[in-house]
This record gives sequence, structure tokens and C-alpha cells, in this order.
Amino acid sequence: MKKEIKSSVPADSEIILGILNDSKEILNRLYTTHFPMVLQLVLNNNGNEDDAKDIFQEAVIVLYNKVKTGNFELNSKLKTFIYSVCRRLWLKRLNAQSKTVRNIEDFSDVIPVEEDLERHEEKDRQFVLMESALIQLGEPCKTIIEDYYMQSKSMQEICEKFGYTNADNAKTQKYKCLQRLKKLFFQA
Amino acid sequence: MPAAPEKTFFSSLNLKIMKSDIEIIDQIDAYLKGELNQSDMANFEKKRLEDSAFDLKVVEHQELVSHLTEYAERIKLISNMNAIHESLDMISIKHQVAPEAPLIVRLWKKYRINTAISACVAFIAVAATLLSTGYFSKTISSNVSLLRREINSIKKSQNDLIKNINVKPNKGPANPGSFGGTGFALSSNGYVVTNYHVIKGADSLYVQNSDGEAFKAKIIYIDPAYDLAVLQIVDPAFEGLAALPYTFKKSASDVGEDVFTIGFPRDDQVYGKGYVSSKNGFAGDTVAYQVSIPVNPGNSGGPLLDNRGNVIGIINGKQTQVDGAAFAIKSTYILKSIDAIPQDSLEEKLVLSKKNSLSGLSRKDQFKKLEPFIYMVKVY
Repeated sequence: MKKEIKSSVPADSEIILGILNDSKEILNRLYTTHFPMVLQLVLNNNGNEDDAKDIFQEAVIVLYNKVKTGNFELNSKLKTFIYSVCRRLWLKRLNAQSKTVRNIEDFSDVIPVEEDLERHEEKDRQFVLMESALIQLGEPCKTIIEDYYMQSKSMQEICEKFGYTNADNAKTQKYKCLQRLKKLFFQA
Repeated sequence: MPAAPEKTFFSSLNLKIMKSDIEIIDQIDAYLKGELNQSDMANFEKKRLEDSAFDLKVVEHQELVSHLTEYAERIKLISNMNAIHESLDMISIKHQVAPEAPLIVRLWKKYRINTAISACVAFIAVAATLLSTGYFSKTISSNVSLLRREINSIKKSQNDLIKNINVKPNKGPANPGSFGGTGFALSSNGYVVTNYHVIKGADSLYVQNSDGEAFKAKIIYIDPAYDLAVLQIVDPAFEGLAALPYTFKKSASDVGEDVFTIGFPRDDQVYGKGYVSSKNGFAGDTVAYQVSIPVNPGNSGGPLLDNRGNVIGIINGKQTQVDGAAFAIKSTYILKSIDAIPQDSLEEKLVLSKKNSLSGLSRKDQFKKLEPFIYMVKVY
């Protein structure tokens, strides 16, 4: 009954290396290789295409975080890891929708991933917090902060973009914005 | 205004503190981004070790920046993935992994054309059959009356045992009769009883005996309610009969009694034997018995006799859809009808026989004795 998904699978170590190097090519291959498996899981267990997309992307984020924090030990196949994370996430979502699935139909081996998911939840919480803090920060602070810290633009560029007369003014503005963001983020 | 310079002083102090903070943050940013040169770096590290408040600031700022970086990375990752997702050929992937439909659905998909075709063929076959059998010509309203007609038709199905006669009589009219039945003599002077339905609508009547001699007769009395008719032979060739060997039974016969009849389902007399199977006739008709006896069209009007030679009835019909259900008008109604004939209107007196000479004889002898008194009634 179960269909085997056939495609050229990149080596797991190759993917890990690619993640560390922020390789777009590797992300692409990771996505095309493993997404069908997750789609299969979700479609066969009361879900649709969009659910599969959400679940899979979340699992990729979990993987990226895990790899980038450096504590990724490859003691199982990458495929199994992704599958297990997705399975766990999907079960959770089904529970939240109060759709109880007694027997989830499995298509792969499963490894325990509870720890990873706990860590992910914490990260997720911080992500949401930062998102709302940035929104509350408002313009032009949001853009200044994003430009400087996230896009690594120099103060000179920011100065020109916002039309500050000198770099000191820009620095003062950046300082004020940062203080407010700190307040919003840590005290929320 | 002494307050103003004070205020200026404070704000400038604030500005001064802020200024130093801005510098510190700037320095930390530069440190985190790795933009400091070697000596500055060493100074920075030294300051962190010496000044714990400064170190705290660095750590705090570092944390915030790391959260910001993570946030940025995640947003970038999601946008990258969305781009990849959009480029996927979802339909083919879905087709590859979609759950297999249940067996019944797959069968349906596979065979629905066949099913549709066979259903069409079946429908056409049924429709053609119904059309050819005239099913559609019956409307719904006629279905309702059909029920009634069914009763009627069952009534009708007590087939009037009239026989088509195609054979030329030896004597009498050259024209063969249209219909025929049986009749038997009531008296020796030429009165004959038969069924009303046998002679209904007759232009002229002839009675023919077992020797093949035909005599002209006329109707002298009819009783449609009891389906009885009394005829009189008016032919000059008729010379009268011997004394009647049978009598008419005045009481009702019991169920189970053996009976026999003689009639003209064809051109010769035919003997039939049976028993009374019910006190009442069709649909509870108290005028008649139900008799289990083989009768055919042409037997109508024949006498029904018991073992001792008493006439207990006169055969008048049978039910078509039921086996062995013939009907005979009870003899008491024959007597009633005869009583009802106004004696004044009769040219000759109608006197029923009171002596039974059949009793005790074998059936063969009974038949022989009865033979001359039973006529075929021919209707023109």
C-alpha cells in the first residue's frame, strides 16, 4: 500500500555542512527531498497541503537551529529526524484542533525528539516576542534596527538613507531605538 | 529665572550620560561586529574584566543582538523556503504520495463507464419490454379502476360456458348456430331449462337432442337474477318425451356430496363427475354451489345430479384462475323460478316429475336413462 518516494538523496553530512554555510542550494535540495515524505504523512492523517507546508518548514527551522547551535550529533538519519519532528508537530496540531487520531499512519521510523522540540518552543516564543516588539517599536526605529543589526548596514549608510546631518545624530537615534527595543523585548 | 539654567544643567548632564552610553553601545557593537583593532580589543577585554557593570552591559547587549540575529535568520529561512515551495511541482508530488482511495472508490473509478453502459442497456431493455407489452398504455388512473375491473373480470371469469358452434345441425336451420349451451327437460311435454346467459340476445333458438334431432324452441320465461331461462319446444316435429327419470331436490346439498353432470361442450354429450366443494358460489353467492367438476364452455345449463339422480343444480360457470371451481345454481332457485312463471300464460301445463327412477342404478345406466332428456341449446 505505501508508496516509496524515490529521488536522489543528498548525503546527510553534505546537508549539515550546507546549513552551516547557509547554502541556498542545500536548502533547496533538503526541501525537495524531504517535503514529499511530510506531505504524505500529513495527507494521510487528516491534513492538507498547507498543513504539510507549515509543519515541514517548522521542522526545517528546528533542524537549522539545532545545527547552528553546534550540538547536532548525527546519531540517526536526517530523514528520520525530520520525519520524527514533523510527526510530533502534526500530532500536537491535531490535538490542538481536538481531532484525536488514535492510530497515526506512519511512513518511516521514529526517534524521540521531545528535547529538540522543547528548545524549539522556547525559540519560537522568543521569535514571536521579537516580532511583536519590533512592530510596537514603530518607524523609523524598526528600520534602523533592522538595517544595522539584521542587514549589517554601516551607520554611514543609515545616515544617508534617513537623511541625518551627521553620524552622531544617527547614533543617538539608534541608541534611543535600541533602549526602547530592550525594554519592549525583555519586559514583555 | 533660576530654574532654567538648572534645567539646562540637568539636561546637559543627561546628555552627557547618554552620550557616554551611546559611545559604550557603539563600542560594544563594534566589538561584536569585530570591527575593533587589536589595541582597542585588548582595552575592551581588560575593561570587561575590571568593570563588572560594563561587562553586564556587554552581555545584555550581546543577548539582544543575538535574538535579533536569530530573528533575522529565521525570517530569511522562511522566505527562502517559501520561494522553494512555490517552485515545487505540487501536483506531481501530491499524486505520488496522496493516500490511496478506498477500494470501493477505486473500483468505481475503474468501472463507472461499464456500469453506466450496462445501466443504460438495462434501462433500454426494460423500457422496450414494457413498451412492447403495452405497460405504458395503462395510466395510473386506469390502474385504480383496474382493481375494480379485476373483480369484474374475475366475475366474468366464471366463464360463461358458451360454446361456439361451427357444425351444421343435421336437421333444422341450415345456418349453424352462433352460440350454444346445454339444457335439460323440466317435463315430458317440452319444457326445457337452461341458463339465461346462454340464450341472452338470441334471435331464435333450437334444441338438439343426443340423436342429433333439432327442434325449434321459444323462451317463455327468463330470470336474469338467478341466470335461469325456461324454454318450450314449439317444433311440430316434437312428439313429447317419456316420463322424466329425475326429480328436483328441494333441500340444499351437503359439501362433499358426489355429483355428476352431462353437457355439450362439444357436439356429443360429455359426462363429468365431481363433488360439491362449497355451500356458496363465487364471492359468497348463496344462489350457487361451488362444485369441483371438469366443465368447459358449452356445459352451461347442464343438470347437476347427485348419486340418487336428483337434480341439485344447474351448471352456469367456472372461475378461470382457480382450479376446479365450477358453479351451479341451486335446484331450489330453479323451483322458485318455475313457481314464478304465471301458469295462465302457458299453453301446456308445466308439471314437474315426482318420481325418481335413477336411484340405485349404476352410473352407466343412469347416463343411458338421462341421455334423451338433455339437449344442446343452439342460439342464433
